[in-house]
Amino acid sequence: MADSANWDWGTGEKLISDLDEWKSSFNWVEEPYVSPDGEQIASIVNVDEAEFNVCVNGEVWREDIYDKAWHLRYTPDGRLTALVNENDEWTVAVDGESWENTFDYAWNPIFSKDGGTIAVSFQKDGEYGMARNDAPWEELFANLNCPELSPDGTKTAATVQIEDLGSADIFKFQDGVFTAADDGTPWDSKFVNVWWKSFNHDGSKLAAEIRLNLYDYTIAVNGEPWAKTFASVWKPIFRPGTDSVVAPVKAAGKWTIAEDGNIIWDKGFVQLWQQMFSPDGKKIAAIVAPSFGRWTVAVDGIAWSATIGDMITEMVFSPDSSKVAAIALEDEKWTLIVNGSLWQDTYDMAYQPVFSPDSQMVAAKVEKNKKFTFAINGKTWNQKFDYVWDPVFSPDGKNILARTVEDGKYYRRVIPVNEMIG
Amino acid sequence: MTNPSENKKPMVLDEGLEKGAAKLTQDRIEKTIKQVLEGETGARFKAYVETCVHCGLCSDACHVYLSLDRDPKYSPAGKVKRTIGEIIKRNGKVDAQFIKEASVVASTECNLCKRCAMYCPFGIDTAYMMLIVRRICHKLGVTPLYIQDTAHSHAATMNQMWVKEDEWIDTLQWQEEDAREEIPNLRIPLDKVGADIMYSVIAPEPKFQPHLIYDMAIIMNTAGINWTMPSEPGWDNSDMAMFTGDNELCARLKKEHFDLAARLKVKKIVMGECGHAFRSVYDVGNRMLGWRMHPFNTIHAIEFYYDLLKTGKIKIREKYKKSVTLHDPCNVSRGRGLHDKARWVINQICEDFTEMYPNREHNYCCNAGGGVVNCGPPYKIKRVTSNRVKAEQVAKTGAEILITPCHNCHSGMDDILAYYNIEMHTKFICEIINEVMVKPEEA
Amino acid sequence: MNNFNTLYNLVTGPLVWLTFLVFIGGSVYKIRQLFSLVNNKEKFIYSYMSLKFSLRSLAHWVVPFATVNWRKHPVMTVMTFLFHFCLVLMPLFLTAHVTIIHEAWGIRWVTLPDGIADTMTMIVIAGALFFLIRRFTLREVRYLSVASDYVLVAIVAAPFVTGFLAYHHILNYQLMLILHILSGEIMLMAIPFTRFSHMLYAIFTRTYIGSEFGSVRHARDW
Ligand code: SF4
Ligand code: SF4
Repeated sequence: MADSANWDWGTGEKLISDLDEWKSSFNWVEEPYVSPDGEQIASIVNVDEAEFNVCVNGEVWREDIYDKAWHLRYTPDGRLTALVNENDEWTVAVDGESWENTFDYAWNPIFSKDGGTIAVSFQKDGEYGMARNDAPWEELFANLNCPELSPDGTKTAATVQIEDLGSADIFKFQDGVFTAADDGTPWDSKFVNVWWKSFNHDGSKLAAEIRLNLYDYTIAVNGEPWAKTFASVWKPIFRPGTDSVVAPVKAAGKWTIAEDGNIIWDKGFVQLWQQMFSPDGKKIAAIVAPSFGRWTVAVDGIAWSATIGDMITEMVFSPDSSKVAAIALEDEKWTLIVNGSLWQDTYDMAYQPVFSPDSQMVAAKVEKNKKFTFAINGKTWNQKFDYVWDPVFSPDGKNILARTVEDGKYYRRVIPVNEMIG
Repeated sequence: MTNPSENKKPMVLDEGLEKGAAKLTQDRIEKTIKQVLEGETGARFKAYVETCVHCGLCSDACHVYLSLDRDPKYSPAGKVKRTIGEIIKRNGKVDAQFIKEASVVASTECNLCKRCAMYCPFGIDTAYMMLIVRRICHKLGVTPLYIQDTAHSHAATMNQMWVKEDEWIDTLQWQEEDAREEIPNLRIPLDKVGADIMYSVIAPEPKFQPHLIYDMAIIMNTAGINWTMPSEPGWDNSDMAMFTGDNELCARLKKEHFDLAARLKVKKIVMGECGHAFRSVYDVGNRMLGWRMHPFNTIHAIEFYYDLLKTGKIKIREKYKKSVTLHDPCNVSRGRGLHDKARWVINQICEDFTEMYPNREHNYCCNAGGGVVNCGPPYKIKRVTSNRVKAEQVAKTGAEILITPCHNCHSGMDDILAYYNIEMHTKFICEIINEVMVKPEEA
Repeated sequence: MNNFNTLYNLVTGPLVWLTFLVFIGGSVYKIRQLFSLVNNKEKFIYSYMSLKFSLRSLAHWVVPFATVNWRKHPVMTVMTFLFHFCLVLMPLFLTAHVTIIHEAWGIRWVTLPDGIADTMTMIVIAGALFFLIRRFTLREVRYLSVASDYVLVAIVAAPFVTGFLAYHHILNYQLMLILHILSGEIMLMAIPFTRFSHMLYAIFTRTYIGSEFGSVRHARDW
């Protein structure tokens, strides 16, 4: 993440670009993306038949056009990336510069937390691998799924197929033809399936959900399965700063949390997933269904008493680890839930909550009747926009960076929080 | 329609069953049966077993029974008798040969269509009982080869047809490019966070019928829908694991699907013209994950077309001329009550619609559903011969086009039409809409 | 004569108590067992139960010819409804039965004229015969039938046959009376522990499927 301290936090309004003007310059303008600091807005634009470019603040990225371009995204450190095709070759373009390596296909770019690393999955001559910062794996595979990038951006991993599998050869499949490739090097062991995975803090350990046969699920760490198996498991994570792995497991018909194979929560749930450590590494929160059809959050095995009918997602811890916020859905209406309290206002859509640096405030982008705004500490800001991006708190927590579109124009504003909830 | 003389039953050799059964031990069979019946079933199973009065009233519900000269073996309760009934009678002490046969009964002689639940005075759900048999067979590793392979594909790639991740995206971009010949600025927006609708399809579309994605792209663009298609796995809404009894995998597939919709921040999932996929998202996978209903508003294409036509978002230039009939897919009629909307849509777009009887909730299954068509070539002849009633019913309409908004129904009906020499062609609704609607900039 | 008296005292004394104990206790046990299974293993069922759709489903299935399948089998439908109607109501409103209860506990309710009761008895017997013949002659029913199905027909017919014989003083009255009481007791005691338990479970299976069809599947279940 780029250091937001260096951003322009002077309160006020900047008109960054008139998007309606873009529309007259191009055949079509695709959905825009804005930089984390709000200073840029960009879209893929169609110039002519099968001719694409990227427009940033009204300027095209470069002279030459692309035959195709898609998946425009800003990295957390503010670089603009897209997947682009020229002369039937795909690659990653970063701020208008294409990677040197090209592929028959490239997709699913993932960024490290600080944005310094970009990884993609690729296919070349029918073989599959990943590339990290323009460096492709040396060994390629028959297929690739469930890619992962280590938090520090030093390692990539994915599920790979390491043996040929004839059509409808169910017996060979059941002997295991998949493994995880850690930075392109497959584990020694083969499994029936390998799914989602996580790296530890320094990328030295890789844990993945695996299926040993059609029935026994467990977690493998660097290729070594846990001693115990379960009826099912979900994506594992590492306990911060350690090599211990924590994963949701289904045992005796109930979901709970296991660490290194041993169940650590004494309570079972109808469902449990998206477990997460608090920033101080001391607490585990997870999204749970305490009873059939009811959802909430459990922290260290204790479920909030408030439950909701349809979904809880986008869970986050406050920086001081004292609070958990998430969005909650019931009957097609979203709201926020913070430490077990549901907010009163409901929305057609809510986005991931954002805590202020001092953990005292929580804000989120919300949508109602096709208009967008922010909800802060349970209140909905009375200004409405045609579009907004997620709110960003200033380092002192006094202001919010509002990146908004009104009447076809993109504005960057820094607004005192007091003004918004006053 | 001609009635083929060779009605003799072919020898079926299914390696999945043979090799699977060869690996069984008596101990494993008994333990597994006990585990499933005691550990996984509950009140429904007990009530169904004890309440059935052997009255045979469910027989007339089943197209397999009706088509195979009312052979009682194939009646719903007959199939329960041959599987669960025997297991209970022998107190779980059945052998590998029995398991193999039970697997054939449950996986290839019942489509889990639930028509019989509407005919039994007690509402006994034979489809549920057959799923329990399939669950036991899954746990014993005795599942027909082709559907098992499909389940493996789901497990490895999260889609039904071993479609690789790049192939999927490439197909979407290729369809988008093709469709731009018709509507120059058309888009299939990929991964558009915050779109109103996520459109999902089953893997046979990118694999064999990409033109259906094309048709939908034309419809979406014409109607001005804020929509997206996902580039990531989870895009495939189909689910054969639900039919092999691999409930854990079924749950995993639906989790990927719903997770994707949650990440894309859409308000609604619109599913293509597929019945079983709809069932898995709407009624089965959601429950396996702990959801009472689907967490997102999830609608089948029929309902989507209905809304588009009702609100005037798409308009019809000239109705389709050929005479059409409709085969109601079980999973969206008996499974979701969309039969009247389907008729309304068809009457809006077609000039000459003829009903087949019985219809709506009372339709006969195509005999491809419930994973039966996915059990593959070894059972093809059996599958068409055991749905003679469907052939007769369809032939009687005399229509030129058989509309059925479901992929499995298409496969099943195509085979039936071919086998019984019925001069009729199958079509999806979107194909007709695309032919008859007003388009923004006709090329 | 003495033997008859002892037997008579037995079947009208301790056996009556035993019968009610087994019938009521057994029924309660069976229903509780079903609910404990739901609570322990299929709790989700509750969240789908809907009163409206339960009633909608019941309303169709308890009315003759109100469902497609009832219409498809007119003779079976007529016999099923007549049989069950008479089977349940005739014993409850038979003058002789009500009189016995009145003498024992001092409560009474309306009774059926004997002639009608007699006809109803014959209907039950005819119904049992019909079911028996159906089991023998219809291929799909014969295939499903097991020995206990025939025994159950006999159990249900017995109290009515013997009651009919006793009422009309055919054969030995006293013997018939004792057999009548005894077979009635056997039938009641069999309800919770045989397929007769459909009497207890039908309402649950019916309302469950009715709820699923109504509120989830948005489809008719008849
Ligand atoms: S195919 Fe349909 S009607 Fe026949 S037994 Fe199976 S669920 Fe019942
Ligand atoms: S399932 Fe129902 S209709 Fe079929 S035999 Fe049993 S009780 Fe009769």
